[in-house]
Amino acid sequence: MPRVVVDVMPKPEILDPQGKAVLGALPRLGFTGVTEVRQGKRFELEIPEVTDDALAQIEKLAETFLANTVIENYVVRVEETAK
Amino acid sequence: MKIGVITFPGTLDDVDAQRAVRVGGNEAVALWHGDHDLQGVDAVILPGGFSYGDYLRCGAISRFAPIMTEVIEGAQKGLPVLGICNGFQMLVESHLLPGGLLRNDHLKFICRDQKLRIENNSTAWTSAFAKDQEIVVPLKNGEGQYVADADTIKRLEDEGRVVARYLDVNPNGSVNDIAGITNEAGNVVGLMPHPEHAVETLTGSGTDGLGFFTLPLAIASQFASASA
Repeated sequence: MPRVVVDVMPKPEILDPQGKAVLGALPRLGFTGVTEVRQGKRFELEIPEVTDDALAQIEKLAETFLANTVIENYVVRVEETAK
Repeated sequence: MKIGVITFPGTLDDVDAQRAVRVGGNEAVALWHGDHDLQGVDAVILPGGFSYGDYLRCGAISRFAPIMTEVIEGAQKGLPVLGICNGFQMLVESHLLPGGLLRNDHLKFICRDQKLRIENNSTAWTSAFAKDQEIVVPLKNGEGQYVADADTIKRLEDEGRVVARYLDVNPNGSVNDIAGITNEAGNVVGLMPHPEHAVETLTGSGTDGLGFFTLPLAIASQFASASA
């Protein structure tokens, strides 16, 4: 069954306190060389088949519900999965 | 007058808000998120708490509760609506108020008696206060950092739509120390601190919050008819 993935990220100009906390923990754990961490969300939606109508609906639900476009950006993409 | 207080799954402060309404001399009406019925109330409070466990984003799921259809429709026609904490988050998710509320900049949940300045006393909910009156009410939130783009902030400031501002400390990283804002018409107010916890001397930090709950019917009607 096809899977549609919606990635939601805080907008670049919005401070991401969670990403900052993760970044702050890295040197303490011995990881060096990472200069920036941004934390977002990934939604996986299973649909019976990929149609224009189904994708339009997912686009709409991503814009109105999964993301708050005042503070977040989103990307919708189709990912075929093994049966 | 009748002030409705809506209970959502995970709401915490509905009973305190109802009590504050009664202490303020008004009649409290318990409203249920799953109904499409405001029961003829003259104003509505969206109380604090953790509706739907704050899943997805705070207030994002409640914003689509059945009763929110009537709340949004009413708000657009001038019905006074006050959102406190989680209620403020629902108001920004509903786009009744601009901007958004993020995790506190320091990532810790904060609980303290907070000093505020009431900068706009011409909203439906702040007529009991003097302009620039300083009050102390409890603040308790994890996601109270108010943000908006620079144009929106400028508009809010220029139009005097910052209702309450944090004094002494900025507890959560909010832009310009903003603790509460109103819409253009002044009938919708969102506030991160909790005035409903400061209405009686027996508990809490004092009675500074009471003014939010004493609004007379004349004021509510004035806002409703101004937009009719």
